[in-house]
Amino acid sequence: VNINGVAIEDTFAEAFGMAATRLIITADSLAWAHVAAASFSGFATSVIACGCEAGLEGELKADQTPDGRPGVAVLIFAMSVKDLQKQVQTRVGQCILTTAGTACFSGLEGGQPIKIGGALRYFGDGFQIAKRIGERRFWRIPVMDGEFICDDCAGSAQAVGGGNFILVANSRSAALTAAERAVAAMRKLSNIVLPFPGGMVRSGSKVGSKYKALIASTNDAYCPTLKGQTKTALPAEAAAVLEVVIDGMTPDSVREAMRAGIAAACTVGAKGGMLKVDAGNYGGKLGKFHFPLREIMA
Amino acid sequence: LTFRLKAAPEWRLDLSPLTPDRLAAVASRDVPRIAILGGNKTTPAGDLFEIAPGDPSDIRILDSCDKLDFIGRDMRSGGITVDGNAGAYCGLNLAGGELTVNGNVGDYAAAGMSAGRLKVAGDAGDHLGGALPGEMRGMNGGTTVVHGRAGQRLGDRMRRGTIIVEGDIGAYAASRMIAGTIIALGSGVGSYPGFGMKRGTLILRGDAERELPTFGDCGRHELPFLNLLLLQLRDISGRLDQFAAQSKFVHRRVGDQAAGGKGEILYWRN
Repeated sequence: VNINGVAIEDTFAEAFGMAATRLIITADSLAWAHVAAASFSGFATSVIACGCEAGLEGELKADQTPDGRPGVAVLIFAMSVKDLQKQVQTRVGQCILTTAGTACFSGLEGGQPIKIGGALRYFGDGFQIAKRIGERRFWRIPVMDGEFICDDCAGSAQAVGGGNFILVANSRSAALTAAERAVAAMRKLSNIVLPFPGGMVRSGSKVGSKYKALIASTNDAYCPTLKGQTKTALPAEAAAVLEVVIDGMTPDSVREAMRAGIAAACTVGAKGGMLKVDAGNYGGKLGKFHFPLREIMA
Repeated sequence: LTFRLKAAPEWRLDLSPLTPDRLAAVASRDVPRIAILGGNKTTPAGDLFEIAPGDPSDIRILDSCDKLDFIGRDMRSGGITVDGNAGAYCGLNLAGGELTVNGNVGDYAAAGMSAGRLKVAGDAGDHLGGALPGEMRGMNGGTTVVHGRAGQRLGDRMRRGTIIVEGDIGAYAASRMIAGTIIALGSGVGSYPGFGMKRGTLILRGDAERELPTFGDCGRHELPFLNLLLLQLRDISGRLDQFAAQSKFVHRRVGDQAAGGKGEILYWRN
């Protein structure tokens, strides 16, 4: 099976169940909402060491937000609801509350509640005000540029983390071009985020290491400089590999994103230096979700 | 299900049996036999009203007058529409559903209300959304909209929920208020709003005749909270929607500092 001369490996991406929520950040301008979102989803590439994975889901027009200001939606994923609570609380508190002019709202209903204002209200030191409007409870926390407004809680959902595909090319520029095209296509979709820098990761990892202290180490099978030194998964011509990791609210949203991303990456084609599309898995025993590449691209 | 008042009653009548929840359990032929208390005696509903059978979740009280008290008391679901005025305690302890009065309501309307919606096309008496004498809490949830004026002690001891009065309001609005939101859109505001106010928000378009000295001036601000509030309350009051397009600058005064002092009066002038 190949697309545009690029081989689609007969394998599958293995993904895990994660707890996730969506937050809506508004500000005086879209640019300031982006500032808050970038800070919020900074250092949130992988649960391996960041505690969560987060990213920008999309932009919202003024008439799509609770307070009528322009905003963005961010998604955040963690291994459990408890971890998610901790991450949301610290990140909203340190990154959104601190950004000039922002407000932060729940973008997801249902599931176990994740406290936002319910946890941050104490920052108001007794001057905070709770406001129930309709069914929702909001907090007004006095800050130096006025008031920080946020929902008491956001909802949460069981979601999918770690959907992925691996782009193998005969040069670094070809791999980068393919990955950039994949990311551009996938960023148009909702219900997913690409948590790694620029939407792609160059240091894919395997589970475990020769060093006992490490739980993950470099994925030597996909390192082109180790082709002759380890049991490689790469063809002889391979010179660079980039992986795109997808966290999605549902398995279907991950599948749809993988299809869009792989299709866009393959437009580079064999002529452009793309060799094959692969995917990361752990033999299928660890992850709850499997995404077979050939089935997705069929 | 329609009740048309035959003649103005001699005594004030207690209409609390006539709610959708209570009538759902009554067979259609038994409705005229429901005992209505007036003065110290009861009268069958059929003697007081011309009754047209129908859906008990949609009750209409026609040719109503201000002697009909306790309309919609304890109502949990469905709707009651009143054509004409309603007496005192209209929507007392209202806990759900929609109560609409196409006329005025008397004192203590929406007192103790906890959910649902009360709409009044005309004016409301004193203690709208307030607490009955001896009660610790007034309105505790839901939304009340009065298109006309409201009397004194609007939202007395109010604990939660939203009251919108499109017209003028009397003295001591938000007195002893515990929490919640009151919006008064008329230019006339009686004396001493926020007397004994603990928490909560009172939004005023006009200046009070006299102000309490126990409110601290926090200055003029453009509050994003007001945007949020107005957006969430959209389509409830036409007059509020008109104002929503205007400047969101408010003058914030906080008090009553003789009673904890965490309530706020937002003077929303242009």
